Amino acid sequence: MKILVAVKRVIDYNVQIRVKEDGSGVHTDNVKMSTNPPDDNATEESVKLKESGKVKEIVAVTIGDDKAQETVRKALAVGADRGIHVKSDTYIEPLAIAKILKKVVEKEKPDMVFLGKQAIDDDCNQTGQMLAAMLNWPQATFSSKVTLKDKSMEIVREIDEGLETVEVNLPAVVTCDLRLNEPRYASLPNIMKAKKKPIDQMVAKDLGVDITNRVQQLKVEEPPKRKAGIKVANVAELVSKLKNEAKVI
Amino acid sequence: MSVLLIAEHNNKNLKPFTLNAITAASKIDAEVHVLVAGSGSESVAKEAAAIPLVKKVLHCDSPNYQNYLPENLAPLVTKHSEKYDHIVASANTFGKNFMPRVAAALDTSQVSDIIKVNSPDTFVRPIYAGNAFATVKSNDKKRCVTIRPTSFEPAPKTGGSAQIDKVDAADVPNFSKFVKREETKSERPELGTARIVVSGGRGLESGENFKLINDIADKLNAAVGASRAAVDAGYISNDHQVGQTGKVVVPDLYIAVGISGAIQHLAGMKESKIIVAINKDGEAPIFSIADYGLEADLFKALPELLSELNKLNTIQK
Repeated sequence: MKILVAVKRVIDYNVQIRVKEDGSGVHTDNVKMSTNPPDDNATEESVKLKESGKVKEIVAVTIGDDKAQETVRKALAVGADRGIHVKSDTYIEPLAIAKILKKVVEKEKPDMVFLGKQAIDDDCNQTGQMLAAMLNWPQATFSSKVTLKDKSMEIVREIDEGLETVEVNLPAVVTCDLRLNEPRYASLPNIMKAKKKPIDQMVAKDLGVDITNRVQQLKVEEPPKRKAGIKVANVAELVSKLKNEAKVI
Repeated sequence: MSVLLIAEHNNKNLKPFTLNAITAASKIDAEVHVLVAGSGSESVAKEAAAIPLVKKVLHCDSPNYQNYLPENLAPLVTKHSEKYDHIVASANTFGKNFMPRVAAALDTSQVSDIIKVNSPDTFVRPIYAGNAFATVKSNDKKRCVTIRPTSFEPAPKTGGSAQIDKVDAADVPNFSKFVKREETKSERPELGTARIVVSGGRGLESGENFKLINDIADKLNAAVGASRAAVDAGYISNDHQVGQTGKVVVPDLYIAVGISGAIQHLAGMKESKIIVAINKDGEAPIFSIADYGLEADLFKALPELLSELNKLNTIQK
């Protein structure tokens, strides 16, 4: 079987982002970037399935500017076999990303597509579900356990009420939650080997997909700041403040 | 010009966040119609019809919709979307799961997790874990929108009498199957809607030590939350997680115990009215957003807190 895993380059999750003064977005120059965290879980799960012998090939795909290739290299360094970089210098919204991924799926014909459940920059939580709908495939979102069978997958999903188990026929789209696995680090020899693995280049606007954004970003601003609080000396003072000042207990 | 809202329910009752989503839908357009898709769900359709802001209920009852599998639900929503300019649902694991399938089928770009309606086509939504707010305008003719429930008040439940129309089911693809759902049962209030939330982090050091959190929560009639670190460490189940990829809570009082305050945790609780932080590390980032900070060892502070609370004559419920 074959897996396509989609990875996105985002501002690193530890970075405190800064909003641009002119309201046009957030600062990205000289800011640490890395792979979207749940996309690392998607790659890790693909590699584990390959190690179990059920999967023969993993193809890692990213869509973004030149530097987005780093995310594909990272996936190659932890076990993906080859990469695809769909180049675009502009922001593409999830609907168009899903259309591009659909083109890639039609070419590569994987049995499964793995993605992170959400990107931590635009927080949209759409791409995997949209891709599944466009392909007319089933989906398993927010997955925290994946069991691959011959023609289906049994998946445990994290939902607001607890856990849900579904079975989806292959081919299927899986979006990964952070608790699905513990992503490994790439070893130095594997990082070196990954440099020799092939990455196919494509250009987003050559794929015959309309990538015009339908949702226009009018402005980006900082959320209202909380005013600084106080430190209390002990528990008795805390309870007194909550009772008499904040009046919440 | 009307809005179709997809109700979340358990085939007996509406889930509370549906009421918050109805408020948001009514700010987009006053003509709010609610789709109830379920199995043996007559009581839910009646409950929705009694909500004064709801002008019409579309009711589709079929075993195919019992567990709201997105592969089954999305074609039904798409089928009945023709007359509507907006398709709306809560931005929780229910709405997040099926809505993008509807948006893809309608070839419309979804607007996720809005916290404010500026006009029928312009919305405010948090990005970067709530560290920035984006104002966005949808240029699509038909708009799929998911709503952050805690940013809108729940709609009043009774007094209305909307018409209930039975609507046809859609074809189902039969390539996915519901197996089971393990819902965590609790006597405590629901995390998403509780007036007070007491949360524990990695500082608790073990699942057993969450008893200290539970005791305080029981005393205050509060829900129990947790940081991702505590859930990852296996101290407590995932449905307690507060944060960017967990639940977003806006209680009157949020007590963070042994939680350092990672960006992704703050995203889930920093809109709370009053925040208390108890942490032995005085430099922990959680103190920068806390109204009341107590620098202390939680294993001493929590038993003390319980005994101080026990001394109070009355505690608000």
